[in-house]
Amino acid sequence: MTSAAGIAPPAEAPPPARSAWRLILRNRLAAAGLVVLASIILLALVTPLLPLHPPNATAPANRLLPPFSDGHLLGTDHLGRDILARLMWGTRLSLAVGISATFIAALIGSVIGILAGYTGGRTDNTMMRGIDMLMAFPYILLALAIVAVLGPGLFNALIAVAIVNIPFFARNIRGATVGIVHREFIDAARLSGKGRLRILAADVLPNVLPVIVITMSTTVGWMILETAGLSFLGLGSQPPQADLGSMLGEGRRLLMNAPHVSYLPGLVIFLIVMSINLLGDGVRDALDPRLRAGALARPAPMTAIDRTDMGTDVAPVDAPLSVDHLTTQFRLGSDTHHAVNEVSLSLGRGECLGVIGESGSGKSVTALSLAALVASPPGVIAGGRVLLHGSDLLSKSARELRKVRGRDVAYIFQDPLSTLHPQFTVGDQLVEAIRAHRHMSRAAAWAEAVRLLDLVRIPNPRGRARAYPHELSGGMRQRVGIAMALANAPEIIVADEPTTALDVTVQAQVLDLMDELRRDRDTAVLFITHDFGVVTQICDRVAVMYAGRIVETGPTRQVLEDPAHPYTRKLIDCVPVLGSGRRRFDAISGLPPAANRLPRGCAFAERCELADAACRAGPIAMHEIAAGRQARCVRPLAGTS
Amino acid sequence: MTAYVFKRLVALIPVLLGLSIIVFAIMALIPGDPALAILGAYATPENVARLNRQLGLDQPLPLQYLTWLGNILTGDFGRSYSLNRPVIDEVLERFQATLVLAGAALVLCTLWGVLAGIVAAVRQYGWADRIVTFIVLVGISIPSFWLGLLLILLFAVELRWLPASGMYSVYGGGDLPDLLRHLVLPAVTLSAVAAGVIARLTRSAMLEVLRQDFIRTARAKGVGERGVVYRHALKAAMVSVVPVIGVQAGFVLSGAVYIETVFQWPGIGRMLVNAISTRDILLVQGGVLVVAASYVLFNLCADVVQHLLDPRVQA
Amino acid sequence: MTTAVLEAEELTKAFGGGRSLLGAPKPVIHAVQDVSLTLNEGETFGVVGESGCGKSTLARMLVGLSTPTRGTIRIAGKPFDRHLLGATAQYVFQDPVSSLNPRHTVRRILEAPLIHLKRLGRDARAARINYLMDAVGLRPDFLERYPHEFSGGQAQRIGIARALAAEARIIVLDEPVSALDVSVQAQILNLLADLKARFGLTYLFISHDLAVVEAVADRVAVMYFGRIVEEAPADRLFAHPHHPYTRLLLDSAPAITGKRIDAGEQPAELPDPLAPPPGCAFAERCPHARADCRARRPPLAPMGPYHSAACLYPLNATD
Ligand SMILES: Nc1ncnc2c1ncn2[C@@H]1O[C@H](COP(=O)(O)OP(=O)(O)O)[C@@H](O)[C@H]1O
Ligand code: SF4
Ligand code: SF4
Ligand SMILES: [Mg+2]
Repeated sequence: MTSAAGIAPPAEAPPPARSAWRLILRNRLAAAGLVVLASIILLALVTPLLPLHPPNATAPANRLLPPFSDGHLLGTDHLGRDILARLMWGTRLSLAVGISATFIAALIGSVIGILAGYTGGRTDNTMMRGIDMLMAFPYILLALAIVAVLGPGLFNALIAVAIVNIPFFARNIRGATVGIVHREFIDAARLSGKGRLRILAADVLPNVLPVIVITMSTTVGWMILETAGLSFLGLGSQPPQADLGSMLGEGRRLLMNAPHVSYLPGLVIFLIVMSINLLGDGVRDALDPRLRAGALARPAPMTAIDRTDMGTDVAPVDAPLSVDHLTTQFRLGSDTHHAVNEVSLSLGRGECLGVIGESGSGKSVTALSLAALVASPPGVIAGGRVLLHGSDLLSKSARELRKVRGRDVAYIFQDPLSTLHPQFTVGDQLVEAIRAHRHMSRAAAWAEAVRLLDLVRIPNPRGRARAYPHELSGGMRQRVGIAMALANAPEIIVADEPTTALDVTVQAQVLDLMDELRRDRDTAVLFITHDFGVVTQICDRVAVMYAGRIVETGPTRQVLEDPAHPYTRKLIDCVPVLGSGRRRFDAISGLPPAANRLPRGCAFAERCELADAACRAGPIAMHEIAAGRQARCVRPLAGTS
Repeated sequence: MTAYVFKRLVALIPVLLGLSIIVFAIMALIPGDPALAILGAYATPENVARLNRQLGLDQPLPLQYLTWLGNILTGDFGRSYSLNRPVIDEVLERFQATLVLAGAALVLCTLWGVLAGIVAAVRQYGWADRIVTFIVLVGISIPSFWLGLLLILLFAVELRWLPASGMYSVYGGGDLPDLLRHLVLPAVTLSAVAAGVIARLTRSAMLEVLRQDFIRTARAKGVGERGVVYRHALKAAMVSVVPVIGVQAGFVLSGAVYIETVFQWPGIGRMLVNAISTRDILLVQGGVLVVAASYVLFNLCADVVQHLLDPRVQA
Repeated sequence: MTTAVLEAEELTKAFGGGRSLLGAPKPVIHAVQDVSLTLNEGETFGVVGESGCGKSTLARMLVGLSTPTRGTIRIAGKPFDRHLLGATAQYVFQDPVSSLNPRHTVRRILEAPLIHLKRLGRDARAARINYLMDAVGLRPDFLERYPHEFSGGQAQRIGIARALAAEARIIVLDEPVSALDVSVQAQILNLLADLKARFGLTYLFISHDLAVVEAVADRVAVMYFGRIVEEAPADRLFAHPHHPYTRLLLDSAPAITGKRIDAGEQPAELPDPLAPPPGCAFAERCPHARADCRARRPPLAPMGPYHSAACLYPLNATD
């Protein structure tokens, strides 16, 4: 159960064509590119119909007229030809050649790429070796060599540019195809009785198509530049026919006395390519779901804090950590996801408090909010306080907060492979953690790092300190994560599902280790998990979360044996227990409410057998049901006093 | 590490062989009779046949290839008939000039590409980001040969700050400052496109990395923002930027063909264009082979750097 | 009398191998080695083991998604026929969302097996699809939606409906509930039990969670490092494990009852798959290991009625 996935933005939707268009148009730059490009293409299409001078008619008497001359709006060139007419005809030619080259390269390259990626094995290997070979040439050398063989000429330049770009398409498309072919839905299609060709056409192609379109839209501008370049060198279009590149090439010789002859065609090329690139970026953003919804936004050093309520005035209890009405939201456009709602809890000295709940219930966001580590944008802490010995962490500046992180409050995360830096040795990462808070020489810190590795019982710590994370097993990596959290002997450790990614036997050892270390050092632990079994092993008290709220808290044994909240009761009934043989489960029907559409009343009401109008009327308060036990329910099951 | 480099060097052999085959094949495809081209249109058939025999052109193609390869391995690329000097001399001389230009451009584009990318990422959606994004867009959309002309107009014709063409001044030049003065405009022009590509990629790689879990870990440890960005994020981002710098070397070498033409730089690109017009096949062959081989070597260096950066990359 | 619907004999799957271009042999990894098992009609056969022990590789061979390097599979007594892929044995994937094509509607996903395997006409298909949706507890108006619009549990129901559509009698479930929350897991486990009774299915149920397997399985095999190390009827296996690894698994699993877990003394590291040990693969971690354990590999041997284990010094050997 990888609930770290809860931190990812909601579903990646494959955009239907219609919404992709809408996205492009909403992107102002892309829309501008589209308008400019469409006008240029339109002009190029109607050029033959316009009352222009014949583009190749020479008039030596009218040589090199400047722009805005009578009858020649943009002047004339060294043979007295009308520049406006030549520009329009040249644009037509350049566009036609660039676009055809793109289509040829895309077609052949995609066929090669898809075939190689889909067949795999030897065919793939041979084809890709050939492609690599072609890519070993700087592309223009290849183009020059091809033109050398075929002879100069616009059509030959087109072929050369197309051929040179085939490897690029082939590689990209192969990459995308391989990514698709190994997805499980391809296996599912095979099991549905589809043949290889049908899978290629119906399952692979539609998923690769966006990549082809993206690659085309980002290379067509480049291809236009390339053909223009070959013409500029005199290897493309031959006189008197002229595309923009050869006009520029001819104009170059007159640079000193008639610069307009060369800068006008250059300007047109630039406009075309710029508008194509703007549009291409828009297309890419629209078709690549990762780039949408601000997913690429850079997280700020600390979560944005925009508190409307500052929690209660109640003087903080004398606990190392107390959380008071913490509220954290994700603001995505006009939509607000209420991930954590008015969560209050306190953590005593050396105590281990478990926070348990299903994925999406807000456990991780709660944990990260404590040190303002929730990614912003889109995360916002919208209310409440986090009190460390009475002082509010959320009022601190990023600079002050940095001093608290890792020294007073340290974190252990779920998946140690993605949470350790892949390019630093574990020793280096420990040294960094130590030196972030203590003035110590590197050598001394290294010795300390080795001591920490030994403390978490990593065999041969001296040698392992020089290992990179990927060289360690999952269990060893998580021990490194624990060592890192212990580096500055923090008073509080927040552990977000530290054993979820581990196998049971490894988990057992890591739990053992954590339990022992926290008792030895009297460290308070906030332990996030979705596993009731794990909670019983290590936690003194437990808080159950549902839909962003704590719905029940109390001593672990009491809550698990005699749950007060109907949700806790039902959830426990769903848990398979070793030793109870074959059985059916008392499943909870339905699903938790979506975080952006929480009901006003009890969030569990839709699924609760005891629900009535009172439950739905408004927010339910926490009720004290016994000493140290609370439940957010109007008719709790236990401890009714 | 040495094992890795050695392995890569061994793997280079088939690539270089493949290159030589492609070059040879393309040249063998060229229509027309080279002997005729050398001797001119009025050659007698006997003379043509004799020259063909001398050149080994009456042999079957694979044999021709082997002979040719043997010659090349001993440094004999043949004789350029249009320049009437050994191909290898001309190619090496010209290639030096190109190396100066392309090397300078590559250093420039890497420097300002990476810097601009970082700035844009760190100030995402801020003014700096917008300005960089705009300049980058212009950089990758502008025809480099046109940009060169514009720069000449501005800095050489209007302002007269810098020379418009050549590598050294005709009179009294030849020293390093003179070379540098000549180098500025072409190198800057040549670096524009590549810098744009690198800047874009650096920006998106940085943004991608900054969202990773290990960045959150660094923050949770109490590492300062500077350390997070320049130690953790940049190092990880470079893993995807370095190979692209390798690819950009190809673009810079390619762009050099235009820039050398615009700025009259005596490099190999201009030599190739001339050789194609005069159909000096041996010269084209030699030039293409040398440039391609050096590009392959450069990419090997990029791979080695990437290997050093990222311990996960398998040999 | 039990009838075998699927028999696998000495299945082995090796990855890698062959030679590189220069003739150097490439490393081989044996993901599954010499696994034999029999599925009886109407039973649920559980396979447990930790990540990387070869469960999924085995499962993919059994349905024909991958070809064994060695060994045979017989279905209803006949050798496995590649042309019947999907018709005799179906598969339910661990990751419910990635097993559905993001660009197809639910209807299109469910139609595929009806068209290609059952060759039903349009009307028959529509009727059948409605029936299937009802069977897995989904509303018919979901049919025109795309997979990303569903929660994990709903997506898994669609995956199950797809597997049912082919009317194969054998269904291999590869960690079907591991990606789901407990409350959803319970719903899906109940659904699977109902479907089994209703359609007379035979399940091969893979999981890393012993408690889940205990709740569903009639017989259980434990895998370690590519091999089956113990196999027994579920109640016997959980009550009297013979293999020390099974014991360790049972002791390590935390339970809501609060029983203390026992993590074992040895670090929980697997042997290097590129250099497998000559003897028992578990020896490094085994509290009962003796010298000869490291010298020769213990074969999977019978140790009681329907109970076998691959251990030289089994636990509970006398009962
Ligand atoms: N980056 C994000 N953008 C939008 N919503 C998010 C983001 N991260 C988490 N959420 C939402 O916040 C809620 C709580 O998530 P989380 O704390 O990760 O749950 P848990 O840890 O209990 O699985 C969920 O509804 C989740 O979808
Ligand atoms: S408040 Fe009402 S609906 Fe909510 S859990 Fe209690 S009884 Fe059920
Ligand atoms: S064979 Fe030996 S080492 Fe292996 S499990 Fe049995 S007792 Fe342990
Ligand atoms: Mg979580």
